Amino acid sequence: MNRQRPEPVQVVKHRRDAALKALVEGIPYARFLGISFERHGDELTSILNYHDALIGNPALPALHGGVTAAFLETAALIELEWQLLWSEVESGRIDADALSTETMPRMPKTIDFTVDYLRTGLPRDAYARAKVNRSGRRYASVHVEAWQDNRSRPFAQGTGHFLMPSTE
Amino acid sequence: MKTAMSTTSPSRRDQARQFIEALPHCQALAMTVDAVGDGEAVMSMPYSENLIGDPKTGVIHGGAVSALMDTCGGTAVMAHPSGPAMTATLDLRIDYMRAAKPGNAVTAKAVCYHMTRSVAFVRAVAHDGDETDPVATATGAFTVQGARK
Repeated sequence: MNRQRPEPVQVVKHRRDAALKALVEGIPYARFLGISFERHGDELTSILNYHDALIGNPALPALHGGVTAAFLETAALIELEWQLLWSEVESGRIDADALSTETMPRMPKTIDFTVDYLRTGLPRDAYARAKVNRSGRRYASVHVEAWQDNRSRPFAQGTGHFLMPSTE
Repeated sequence: MKTAMSTTSPSRRDQARQFIEALPHCQALAMTVDAVGDGEAVMSMPYSENLIGDPKTGVIHGGAVSALMDTCGGTAVMAHPSGPAMTATLDLRIDYMRAAKPGNAVTAKAVCYHMTRSVAFVRAVAHDGDETDPVATATGAFTVQGARK
């Protein structure tokens, strides 16, 4: 048997975390809203960390619908970008340690995004997971769901279409 | 977006302006209400480095444009002559025509073009200086509570 030994765990984790950090760090608007990401293998969970500036209606109080829309769109776009980046980094075509805002490959652009508001967004953290339903050469379609207390009771969902970066 | 306010018709437009501009997230994005008419609203949002989605180009994130369109749509519903007491976004679709020019303010105009007892239908367009060259368009449905008619 001449099977290759698996890479040490810290090497794998370091590479993947460095790639994710480089991807996310470059987006000032995500930082402004307080969005962070948790990674388990290739699975991403987007987290909207609550702060008072996210409130739209102080009387209820409720998250601003625009915040919910922005959170869903960010979660969908990052998931799509992450999948593209993942294959590049895992195959060794891109060195995760050399990734920065400047060296990041070109990323998809949003064509359209539809938000379905299901419940009032409560003044607390929110979570989102996105699923790339189709990722073609030119276009991609991504669905995303966000929840707060119960994963089975989403407060918003969205679908977006994205234009893939051209591969000259 | 969810909004609620009392409706006394003569000063309704001024009230709408004060109410919307006081919402925490609208303040965070420095949104202003530029004009309010019957079932119509114009709002703008200055360029800010906080809103950048693509640091290579300085183009603002689509989500910030969504937030402006959503707020403007809600304001147009509240400004409808039927006088809703409260509205919330049911669904909102944004089409992104092109990237907004870095440094430019984004202005949205929303029209509540149809109203039933429980649903308001809204169209909105956003531009970054030239009304004939839109950055994005949106269509939305909003809930309506407490309308007079």
